[in-house]
Amino acid sequence: MDQLEKLVSQAIADFEAARDANSLEQAKAQYLGKSGSLSELLKGLGKMEPEARREAGAAINRAKAAVEQALEARRDALRQAALEAQLAAEALDVTLPGRGRGHGGLHPVTRTLERIEQLFASIGFAVADGPEIESDWYNFTALNTPENHPARSMHDTFYLQDADKVLLRTHTSPVQVRYMHQHVERYKDLATMPEIRIIAPGRVYRVDYDATHSPMFHQIEGLWVGERVSFVDLKGVVAEFLRRFFETDELQLRFRPSFFPFTEPSAEIDFAFMSGPNKGKWLEIAGCGVVHPNVLRHGGIDPERYTGFAFGMGLDRLTMLRYGVDDLRLFFENDLRFLSQFR
Amino acid sequence: MQFSENWLRSFVDPALDSVALSHLLTMAGLEVEEAVPVAPAFSGVVVARIVEAMQHPNADRLRVCKVDAGAGELLQIVCGAPNAAAGMKVPCAKVGAVLPGDFRIKAAKLRNVESFGMLCSERELGISDSHEGLLALADDAVVGMDIREALALNDTLFTIKLTPNRPDCLSLLGVAREVAALTGSPLKQPEIKPAAATHDVTREIVLEAPDGCPRYLGRVLRDVDPTKPTPEWMVRRLERCGLRSISAIVDVTNYVMLELGQPLHAFDNAKLTGSVRVRWAREGDSLVLLNGDEVKPDTRTLLIADDAGPLALAGVMGGDASSVTDATREVFLESAFFQPDAVVGRARAYGFASDASHRFERGVDFELAGRAIERATELIISICGGGAGPVCEAVVRDALPKRSRLGVRVARAAQVIGIPFTAAQVADILGRLGMPVAIEGERVFVEPASYRFDLNIEEDLIEEIARIHGYEAIPDSLPQGALEMLPLPEERRSVVRLRRELAAREYQEVINYAFVEEAWERDFCGNTDPIRLANPIASQLSVMRSSLLGGLVGTLSANQRRRATRVRLFEIGRCFEKNKNGRPVEGYDQPQRLAVLAWGMAEPEQWGLDARKVDFYDVKADLESLLEGKRIEFRRINHPALHPGRAAEVVCAGRAVGWIGELHPNWVQRYELGTAPVAFELELDVALEQSLPVFVTPSKFPPVMRDIALVVKAAIPVAEILATFESVPLDIVQAIDIFDVYQGKGIAEESKSVAFRVRFQHTDRTLEDAEVDVAIATLVARVGERLGAQLRS
Repeated sequence: MDQLEKLVSQAIADFEAARDANSLEQAKAQYLGKSGSLSELLKGLGKMEPEARREAGAAINRAKAAVEQALEARRDALRQAALEAQLAAEALDVTLPGRGRGHGGLHPVTRTLERIEQLFASIGFAVADGPEIESDWYNFTALNTPENHPARSMHDTFYLQDADKVLLRTHTSPVQVRYMHQHVERYKDLATMPEIRIIAPGRVYRVDYDATHSPMFHQIEGLWVGERVSFVDLKGVVAEFLRRFFETDELQLRFRPSFFPFTEPSAEIDFAFMSGPNKGKWLEIAGCGVVHPNVLRHGGIDPERYTGFAFGMGLDRLTMLRYGVDDLRLFFENDLRFLSQFR
Repeated sequence: MQFSENWLRSFVDPALDSVALSHLLTMAGLEVEEAVPVAPAFSGVVVARIVEAMQHPNADRLRVCKVDAGAGELLQIVCGAPNAAAGMKVPCAKVGAVLPGDFRIKAAKLRNVESFGMLCSERELGISDSHEGLLALADDAVVGMDIREALALNDTLFTIKLTPNRPDCLSLLGVAREVAALTGSPLKQPEIKPAAATHDVTREIVLEAPDGCPRYLGRVLRDVDPTKPTPEWMVRRLERCGLRSISAIVDVTNYVMLELGQPLHAFDNAKLTGSVRVRWAREGDSLVLLNGDEVKPDTRTLLIADDAGPLALAGVMGGDASSVTDATREVFLESAFFQPDAVVGRARAYGFASDASHRFERGVDFELAGRAIERATELIISICGGGAGPVCEAVVRDALPKRSRLGVRVARAAQVIGIPFTAAQVADILGRLGMPVAIEGERVFVEPASYRFDLNIEEDLIEEIARIHGYEAIPDSLPQGALEMLPLPEERRSVVRLRRELAAREYQEVINYAFVEEAWERDFCGNTDPIRLANPIASQLSVMRSSLLGGLVGTLSANQRRRATRVRLFEIGRCFEKNKNGRPVEGYDQPQRLAVLAWGMAEPEQWGLDARKVDFYDVKADLESLLEGKRIEFRRINHPALHPGRAAEVVCAGRAVGWIGELHPNWVQRYELGTAPVAFELELDVALEQSLPVFVTPSKFPPVMRDIALVVKAAIPVAEILATFESVPLDIVQAIDIFDVYQGKGIAEESKSVAFRVRFQHTDRTLEDAEVDVAIATLVARVGERLGAQLRS
């Protein structure tokens, strides 16, 4: 049966020699086609004695199987090679940048605001809002500011033309009294008013313009009124806030007695970093105090029964300290080269 | 207020160094802004007398001095100062001295002449920048005495920032009183010896306006010599409080003001006519002030006048004509109490500030005038000689400020401050302030002093308790409260999320001023009657914006100047419009709005994308994505800011809630923008609303898609075709999308082809071709009927 073995070896060699699917199919025809050598051998079996036929048939079929197997293997190999060639041809420069749109970003001050709102929301402070064109009653009188207080003058406060005592609010504190009114009205049927816990961020306006003053800037007001709210709570909340905001316990904090018409006792809050470029320098960050009884009264709340604390912080200043910005004016020049760094 | 630590320590001298004293004051609410030594550290410098000053043999500009530095032997010192002269007393740094900057003095040879020390200028001692020559010391300076002692240089200058409620601390005595209360150190009051009258010349005082001036003391001093020099110790104290020495009499009035807190004024008695009258200004009054300004006081201004006319602005500034000069021999000295309300804001209204008005408008001790006039008399006579007449006092007691006994409930104090107190502790704390205190049950009572204008209600005492107890001693523990969750309305997204979504669509947030140029209101809003500020800081910041667009165009323009090539902005903020029914502040609407603006290329510059300019539909897609889920319509409008063919009103539930469009070519040109930006503005509330999801179970049966292309008149808006489709009641139509709009070859002029893909699906069975065919035919027929649309062939 040398002949068969030779045939198989020859087929394998021919298949290997085929460089593509076409030549492989041609090579296949030589062996397995209708008139291929193996087909011819099988046709020749009919002339044999049954004994010899069985034996030869089995041998031929083995040879045929071997050839078919070789064919299949070669087909696989060629397919694989073709795929590899295709993949290689399809390869990209993966270092080219992605295509499509870029991204915008938030203003650094609102980025700060977002963080502050989240921090205070986590201890149950809702966000309140108030008008920026404000009456002098809410901006000053309701906040216990005397009639002849210098802050009321046109040197400090923007007034509207052709209007009687209508101004641009100079701080976010008028929201305190506005919110008290709403709150008292909402809960007037309850024996005990639920606590007021709000922050009120927003734009405020003062007649001032230099490297550290802008005629429009941002404040955030905080107010907590309840049956047992004290100065200790004020210190606790503000200290906790500053640690969380600056993400460090390495803060020195100082509550310094101060004076505001709408709080008493009042304090100015200074803090100092214990490391970094501002290390050891006292930085004013907020004014605060226990809400003055006249303010509670103006808000419709009984100061004998309820006490509260309020604080006001400069949002722009917090942002400057957080990111090391040294000129307030950058926040309002809207230079995209500056703003785009805070996405 | 600025003052010398040494002067303060002459009244109260606690065992604290300068740093500790500074901290003590700051933490008591007297914020120390600065505490700087008068002179830097140096040693080995003494008072010396130049005995002889000879020309240096080898140098024109040097002299060889023989100097008596108190060591017995004379020192030879070579000196280059032009003013070195025999007989002069000067500071001498001896060999071994260390001057500021660690400069050590050694024996040296200067041009072959030996020198054993150095004679010093002010700058060399670090006292000032003056370096014109040697510091000339007073003739009575003691030779050999350490210069730091001779010039009292071991002193610190404190600058404190006082809150307006504490005018009682606007004097050395006031600060000392506070330090005594805080430390328990004894307070030494200045000894004041009333001057005995040596003559009986008086001048009548008439209080015509007791509501403004309820107390006025005056006295005539005769035979004074105002040209006498002010003693050095007084000049030094004044200087260290930031006041320059002017002349002996003025210096004394300033000195007493600094020492006790009582502003005083000295008139030349010879220039006064008749009575001194304190009255409100009248029409026609005018006055030339000491600073040379001529003022015409309004009727809210309190004046000191005599029978001839106004002399001074009461509590603010004296007049020029009646002021003390070198020729003055008789002085009329004024020590008065002016009500804060009668002085407040007046100086500022005339455009200046004075030390007197600063004090009177905050509140001066109304019982102090008598002591102060005696103190000033004593000092003037000791310097300028002469004799005093009797003190004339005019007072309307009922018009003086009231001081009523004030109580504080101990429990209330504990509740407000948040820490427990006993009545005894409260009484002890308040007692330290030097006012009479009494415990009555659960209350502690105080008799407020005449110098305290800030003790009127219980809270005022609670503040004092907290302050004297020390804010630092109050703990900062976290509060306890009910663990209530905040509401989280799902039908309203937070502004934060809206901002994030805009940022994800490539818009950069900006914050513009709410006051803008008047031109922006006119050009972009057609607003010729804007809300104007009465006192803008600049003309381009003079009116309130009624739209955010102007600010965005301004920001675009500013960034173009910075060479930006693609700008996409958004702002969220208030706009302001007049409306007589506006709320919450009557007369004004103050809606919050959102506006965006896009300019330049649609996509950032990059490889592999065809560059094209951003257009209306790019920005519209951003707007639609914000309002997803809402039924909105876009209607053509004429808007002053926008291209008339490329502008739409955004209508939501039948209400106009904003606009979108391309900037009008006129403004593109006027604001030099090159190409037109596209912008929109929306009510913020509309952008925040979102609906609760409502779902329908998706059909299990296969959908069928059919495309139809219709030719219609070009002027027919696509929205109208869609609305016509919708008017056909066909349940199986799931969606109709536009996938092509074409005008041009093959389509009749003034017509357009719009291609729609219609998606059909049935919820509970497979659709048959025939029914889809019928549906398509119905849709086509309806738009044919209503809009003259024809299937594109």
